[in-house]
Amino acid sequence: MEIVSRPHVENFITWSQDKPEVLVLSADLTNSCEVGKWRDTYPDRFFSMGMAEQNMMGFAAGLAREGFTPFIHTFAVFIYRRAYDQLAMSVAYPNLKVRLMGFLPGIVTPGGVTHQAIEDIAIMRATPNMTVLETGDATEVESVLDVAQAIDGPVYVRFLRGEMPRLFPKSEPMVLNRARVIRRGGDVALLTSGIITEEALRAGAALEAKGVSVSHLHISTLKPFTDPTVLDAIRAAKHGVITMENHLVTGGLGSAVAEMMAEHGVGKPLVRLGLQDTYSHGASKGYLMAEHELDAMALVRNVEKMMKVRLNIAQEDLDQHRIEAVHSDAKAEAL
Amino acid sequence: MTETKFYKDDWISRAQDVADAMRVRGFDYVMRNNGGYLSQICSSAEIFAFLYTRAMNLGPSQAPMVPVAFPGVPGKDNKAYVSGGAYNGIPGPDQDRFIFSPAHYALVLYMALIEVGRMAPEGLEAFNKDGSTVELIGAEHSPGVETTTGSLAQALSQAGGIALGRRLKGEAGQVWVMMSDGEFQEGQTWEAIQALSHHKLDNVSVIVDVNGQQCDGPMDGVMGIDPLAAKINAFGGVAIDVPGHDLAAMERALGARQTGKPLFLLARTDPTRGVPLLKERGAALHYLRFGSVVEKEKYQAACDMMCGEGS
Repeated sequence: MEIVSRPHVENFITWSQDKPEVLVLSADLTNSCEVGKWRDTYPDRFFSMGMAEQNMMGFAAGLAREGFTPFIHTFAVFIYRRAYDQLAMSVAYPNLKVRLMGFLPGIVTPGGVTHQAIEDIAIMRATPNMTVLETGDATEVESVLDVAQAIDGPVYVRFLRGEMPRLFPKSEPMVLNRARVIRRGGDVALLTSGIITEEALRAGAALEAKGVSVSHLHISTLKPFTDPTVLDAIRAAKHGVITMENHLVTGGLGSAVAEMMAEHGVGKPLVRLGLQDTYSHGASKGYLMAEHELDAMALVRNVEKMMKVRLNIAQEDLDQHRIEAVHSDAKAEAL
Repeated sequence: MTETKFYKDDWISRAQDVADAMRVRGFDYVMRNNGGYLSQICSSAEIFAFLYTRAMNLGPSQAPMVPVAFPGVPGKDNKAYVSGGAYNGIPGPDQDRFIFSPAHYALVLYMALIEVGRMAPEGLEAFNKDGSTVELIGAEHSPGVETTTGSLAQALSQAGGIALGRRLKGEAGQVWVMMSDGEFQEGQTWEAIQALSHHKLDNVSVIVDVNGQQCDGPMDGVMGIDPLAAKINAFGGVAIDVPGHDLAAMERALGARQTGKPLFLLARTDPTRGVPLLKERGAALHYLRFGSVVEKEKYQAACDMMCGEGS
């Protein structure tokens, strides 16, 4: 698997070159959100707003009214927790073209509870006019810019930074409201999003070797959530559906799938893996994924439970876990 | 930048007429509706008259004299949505823009639009009626309203973004913001002043109705904000205290404008101005409700007297 280091840094600069309407607003997290070089390249289009996110939302709204498309770059928690009234009333109600790039989604950061955006999808899905996207690899980090910029209204993106895999070829960019089919099968439908897809892939070969046929879809659009590919996969699953997300199971991917199943009268078991009505704490990504049952082994156990079988898959049967080195380009600690 | 004239000429008589007529129409309207936001009209009539007849460089209204029915909320699929900002003219590079912050003053704004000929008096019949754009606490489809600011203290930041965008486009027009003093209790206001100052947005001019009143009563008892001018100056703005019913003084205060700084005119106003009977209510000025038939009759008599003088 190709590992890409900080793809946003150069890609965003290149992408912005012929788009003078694109501005960046930052709230004292410029290098932490990988736009330091962008600022130095386009100093007239970069605006430092300081640690004042409520005001930053209003400025972004005003700039959007004047025909610009501001790209807010900050940690996700400071977008939807700290400044929600401003986000809803100044930005979302008027359907303004503000792009909200939310860094540190879920439990990817050791920064602890204050930095972990675990209910952002729930809140943003519940916000009228908002489109909600999530990136799961370097190709999506690169191609989400075009997807977001084409939308006539506000867009929230769960963004990745630092080192990340390239799971999907560059020639297959993110497409709005279209799932990526990673594996086809009939026993269980598995829907994953964001960083979880990389983790779930570790179990793919092992499950197949044991004769389990999984239909694995990667989801990058959480709202709208009307993709027929998803519904088809859910309908075709013999034993049931498993969702796995770097978020609370309330209001995120699992909820979206549950709503889709209920609305279409698809009656079969649904297991939602994710944070179960709990906050998290400061620790490494791998540690927290295991703690919250978001790792490949948790997936295997839930497939077993759903199919009522014993698969005898051990840790060493799974593909190798990728460990990000401390103080490396992975930048796990940069807060 | 607005040209400043240091002499009294006809505009003052006209602006005062507008302010007086706003009070008459407002008082009459509140009586016919058995209560309403009267003290805000009393305190800010001259502020709106100053803005609409003198301070702001606006083009003619582009909106129907009688406001349209509510066209649905904004969204990518609603092509019928209309901006209440159309009552303030087409936004041109040299035109000023009006950003209205305390949406609870909507009735005052509608009164101002009527008295300066941007809205028909009949438009007021739709006020606070189901399916109308002439809402109680307006949003951006309401006449004269360009941004949605019913959640207070959000307008100044939005105006800052508009001002920054206009500067990037090389536009000369000013961005005027009308605020209420209670909004200076919100942290976002101070974030906004800090940012306006940091980005040197001197194309923002703010006029504040400092009437000292808020929902719970006199601000001094709820949460004091003074010394307001000193605080704004410390945050990098230029703030001037002006007598808020003195039109000539408001115009003179524009001379305090400084390059690279947002300007704040702190219009010190009397929330009982023109309706001294309101003084009997003591602290309960935010929304006029009649406690008894006798009280209402007293107000009706005062209203009849004022309306008689006005005609």
